[in-house]
Amino acid sequence: MTDSAAAESAWFAAVDADDLEDLDTVDTDAHDTTAVTAIRDGTAATPDNWPALAVETGIADDEDEYYDLLHTATMAATRATVTEREAADDRQLVHAVRAMDDCERTANELAERLAEWAGTIDADAGTGTAFARDIVTGEHALESGHEPIASLAERVVDLANEADDLREFVERQTPTVAPNLAALAGPVLGARLLSLAGGLESLAKKPSGTIQVLGAEDALFAHLRGHASSPKHGILYMHDAVRGTHPDERGSAARAVAGKVAIAARVDHYSGERKPELEAELEERVETIQARTTAADDNGDGTAGNDAENGGESDA
Amino acid sequence: MAMALPATTPKMEASPMHNALPDGVERHAFGGDGDGDGRLATRGDPVYGEPTDGEWRAWDPSRSKLGAMIELEMETNLAGGDTVLYLGAASGTTVSHVADFAGPTYAVEFAARPARDLLEASASRPRLFPLLADARKPDTYAHVVESDIDVIVQDVATRGQARVALENRRFLADDGRLLLAVKARSEDVTRDPAAVFDDVREELETEYEVLDTKSLERYHADHLGIVARPL
Repeated sequence: MTDSAAAESAWFAAVDADDLEDLDTVDTDAHDTTAVTAIRDGTAATPDNWPALAVETGIADDEDEYYDLLHTATMAATRATVTEREAADDRQLVHAVRAMDDCERTANELAERLAEWAGTIDADAGTGTAFARDIVTGEHALESGHEPIASLAERVVDLANEADDLREFVERQTPTVAPNLAALAGPVLGARLLSLAGGLESLAKKPSGTIQVLGAEDALFAHLRGHASSPKHGILYMHDAVRGTHPDERGSAARAVAGKVAIAARVDHYSGERKPELEAELEERVETIQARTTAADDNGDGTAGNDAENGGESDA
Repeated sequence: MAMALPATTPKMEASPMHNALPDGVERHAFGGDGDGDGRLATRGDPVYGEPTDGEWRAWDPSRSKLGAMIELEMETNLAGGDTVLYLGAASGTTVSHVADFAGPTYAVEFAARPARDLLEASASRPRLFPLLADARKPDTYAHVVESDIDVIVQDVATRGQARVALENRRFLADDGRLLLAVKARSEDVTRDPAAVFDDVREELETEYEVLDTKSLERYHADHLGIVARPL
């Protein structure tokens, strides 16, 4: 094989030496240089002795210089891709929803501490973040000399406010990142699914059976080890279609929701088009599932207080 | 078992019970923790808060499958100064040690988040080349990674680990070595690890000769270390 032919598939084939020298100076923002593009987007069926070919074609004076250039170019290319991927909207959303959960959990934990503390000096002390708000607004006055308690209440309120702000951000952002997912699962649950899957692409690549039990990993692995029955649902429990269904049929409901969520995530990732029919199909399916228990209730042997009036339609 | 090796390098005198360590890997006692002959160490910038002793930094076998393979005296054939292709570099914990004693080291990692840390580790190592690519698709980095690689280190937590090794065989020199850490749970969490290892080995043997296998259990649950060379 002739060397010049081989060198054509090398990452440095279309790169001239000046461009490579520029890399050193532009460094982190070198997204568009030919070298960065060549490393990121290039391909070759087989490797070759690139260092020797680079010296032969005059890209570098010797192998040492070649490796220096390669280091600079791979650093710039990888940094560019990492920055791009991490700045992607779905990654931002994942961080936001996780931060929201952290703030909520911490606010509640501190509110509990606050209630316990305030209870020791004040028989009328309330509970929860609402009580913290009452202290901060002055609605619930503390006797003087208890500034540390009042100060803690302020922190609780700040954290609760932060959680609310983050929730607003998530509710606004999920529909732009994953419109079908947001419509089908709701923006917050949609964001939680993205968070559990690790991003939109990963969610789009998961089979619906995996999505059905996202968030129930402990139960799933206990099942796989043979200690337990398989979980019916994970985080999808928070979906109205699952929660609003009789416990006996929640597995079916979760399966139906997971199936549609899987499709929604794929559409969002690969095309981005809105498909409102997904929601309609899910609604119809869930009605059918819920009708099973309603029918059982009508026959007088059920216990759930499901008072929907359509009944009878059985489904295989 | 390694006692018959010619004791040519100075570190062999310090540690005659062990296989020859690659040049640039030594045993050091960090803070006098009296751990037998001392702990594995390489020379370079600290990466993940590991203990240091002067310019030497500890290489923890329970955080590194390759470290475990060396600690368990597998014949890695690493000499120091080797050209290495590292598949599954993650945050760069292990590959930073490799780059400390090896020659040109290509580090392939698929996920963006750990690659951010890998970039940090690469910054102070001029012969460590980070690549954000999928180890299952060598076409996407064969235009960068050179041929006739001395050692491929593979630690990818994905299904089809044997497939990855076969796909990447094209980079390996005829007398090169594949150092593979197989994670049973990545193939199938429900199956008996021994059965998974058998399958991986069988698939591997279509294009490799397996020279040595050893359970890494002492440091990594359900992992098997494999040393192989291309057929």
